[in-house]
Amino acid sequence: MELRHDTPGDTRRKLHDRRPRAGRVDRALSPYLYVAPFFLLFAAFGLFPLGYTAWVSLHDWSLLSDERTFVGLANYRELVGDPYFWNALRNTVSILVLGTVPQLLLALLLANLLNRRLRGQTFFRMGMLLPNVASVVAVAVIFSQLFGRDFGLINWLLEQAGLGRIDWQAGTASSHVAIAVMITWKWTGYNALIYLAAMQAVPGDLYESATLDGASPLRQLRSITVPMIRPTIIFTVIISTIYGLQVFAEPQLFAAGGPEAITGGSSRQFQTLTLYLYEHGFHRGFQFGYAAATAWVMFGIIVVAAAGNYLLVRRIRSTS
Amino acid sequence: MRATWTRRVLAAGIAAGLLGAAAACDSGDGSGDGDDAGDITLTVGLFGDFGFGPLYEEYMDMHPEITIEERIAEFADHHTNLTQRLATNTGAADIEAVEVGFISQFTAVPDRFHNLLELGAASLSDRWLDWKWQQALAQDGSALIGLGTDVGGMGICYRTDLFEAAGLPTERDQVSALWPGWDDYVDTGRDYLAASDDGTFFFESSGQMFRAMVEQAPVGVYDTDNNIIADSNPEVLRAWDTTVEAIDAGMSNQLTAFTPEWTAAFGQGTFATIICPAWMTAYIETNAPEASGLWDVAAVPGGAGNMGGSHLVLPAQGDHPEEAYAFIEWLTAPEQQLKVFQETGNFPSTPELYENPEMTGLRKAYFNDAPIGEIFTESALQIEPQYQGPLQGDVLATIGQGLARIEDGAQTPDEAWAQVLSDLESLS
Repeated sequence: MELRHDTPGDTRRKLHDRRPRAGRVDRALSPYLYVAPFFLLFAAFGLFPLGYTAWVSLHDWSLLSDERTFVGLANYRELVGDPYFWNALRNTVSILVLGTVPQLLLALLLANLLNRRLRGQTFFRMGMLLPNVASVVAVAVIFSQLFGRDFGLINWLLEQAGLGRIDWQAGTASSHVAIAVMITWKWTGYNALIYLAAMQAVPGDLYESATLDGASPLRQLRSITVPMIRPTIIFTVIISTIYGLQVFAEPQLFAAGGPEAITGGSSRQFQTLTLYLYEHGFHRGFQFGYAAATAWVMFGIIVVAAAGNYLLVRRIRSTS
Repeated sequence: MRATWTRRVLAAGIAAGLLGAAAACDSGDGSGDGDDAGDITLTVGLFGDFGFGPLYEEYMDMHPEITIEERIAEFADHHTNLTQRLATNTGAADIEAVEVGFISQFTAVPDRFHNLLELGAASLSDRWLDWKWQQALAQDGSALIGLGTDVGGMGICYRTDLFEAAGLPTERDQVSALWPGWDDYVDTGRDYLAASDDGTFFFESSGQMFRAMVEQAPVGVYDTDNNIIADSNPEVLRAWDTTVEAIDAGMSNQLTAFTPEWTAAFGQGTFATIICPAWMTAYIETNAPEASGLWDVAAVPGGAGNMGGSHLVLPAQGDHPEEAYAFIEWLTAPEQQLKVFQETGNFPSTPELYENPEMTGLRKAYFNDAPIGEIFTESALQIEPQYQGPLQGDVLATIGQGLARIEDGAQTPDEAWAQVLSDLESLS
């Protein structure tokens, strides 16, 4: 006896035939109606602000005065000529590298550990997500206290260990490390869970044959796991890059108030691009035109950096 | 696979963006609207605690139709937020406090505020110290934007226990005699550091020391035409040099005023002296409650000067100018200012109190029973007003950061000063 199942095409044709004309219009239109709210919202809150920001960036536009003169690219020229902008860019890239590379490597190792059979799996998995659930402000406030110069726990430990105290806020490298630690703390678990989900889709027999061939666990991680979860790694790298280039709350709160919260320390040693934007947009004369130009330059930098990282990570050898 | 995946990234990104936008919409808060006829809520926006709490209760008892709500922000955020809310014409409280370093910035845009001369203040000018009144007046004198709360006549607060350990006198007149001028203050600091080996410092913040010296000068960082004259005013240069000298000698605890580390340092007793405008006594008392009896108050080097003090202003976007005005007129009246002084130490700006024995006779047990009424009255009577420019607060903060760069070892004094000047140039 031969059983014949309808292919999806057959089913569609049958339905089609049964439907009246109105139904056809409905069928043609309704998918667009269903997705319309999203795109309308995206246009209102995504595209429009983007375009409007570009328009503002071409003006001498202060929140405090009603006069808005068109100045062409003058804001961009001034920005490129400002050494504090380049300083902010350097700081941002440094914090990005310090905060993202160890973070993702650590996440990969953690995920690899959790991918084995463990007692209390759920506990560990949920535990890893906890730092991510905490609000970024709470994380930044607590870490700023840990890194405090006079009464911070970390300096106390350093002193107990016979090493000197470090004025974390004052130095360029030390402040970048402290901020990178905050970012790592918040995002490692999150990325580890994403890696873990991807790892569980890797077929177990690959590992079995690798074990039979005598491959060490580290070798298995490098040669099987990483190539198999490549798309996921690309995803996390891009997302982390975007987040890292926009980091704001951590350096802002790390400075513990006063004018240094805007300039990122008295020497601008940890002023990031978003802090630079904030300084001009919301602190110094409310220069929205200049801040908008900064925002667009940042947008460009982020696109370039994300694309660059994508190309870089794509070179991970594929298993296929 | 890759197509769906890209879409998912896009969707996640956009969803995050939408959440952000929704959260941003949520954060604006109106000021006292939505009240029934006759029932009025007045919001008061302050930085730090002004000690108004009991007075609100008193006023609400007298005027049952009025409810008063207080919002307190950090000093650094308060004025930025206020500027923002004035510019966007939404979100300001009915009544906002403005510190003297920022008042000129707001008298430059008097149309953003209710004109208090039209609300009944015109006949009251004698109530306040003349310069305090002038500070809130628009440049052409046609509008008054604020009523004065306190003024900051200066003293020096010092730790008697640390002074004793360093072999310095502890009795307040003898301590005052140590430092007629700022050079003597620095010399005393050297003696202090040489004699004490407990790792404490002579003062907490170089920025505060610099500010105190500048505030005493007849002309500060601005001339009366609103030009920043930090690079040419010899008094400013002298203040910078003296402060740098003190930093080089290791006297500064390298704290920035009003930061959490600064607050914590009071409790730990890591510094021996602090520039003490009257309002600072309240900070010391709250920040180090267990140090009662250890602090005392001496005279400030270099003569009198005003540091800090505030006005209450009524942003034009407020819906209840009459009620708000009636309230602040009451709140800044001498009787109420006296109560605030007794409660917190914030020194009244109304000269009629300066002869009131209730005021001049006030002593504070916390400060070793120091006659703070007498000390600060004497200081306030000698104040020669100094012109405050529009970005006064920002200028002082910029110079303070230069001093901090020297403290951090990031720059030499010359490099720091050069950067201060270029930063000041881009400020205006």
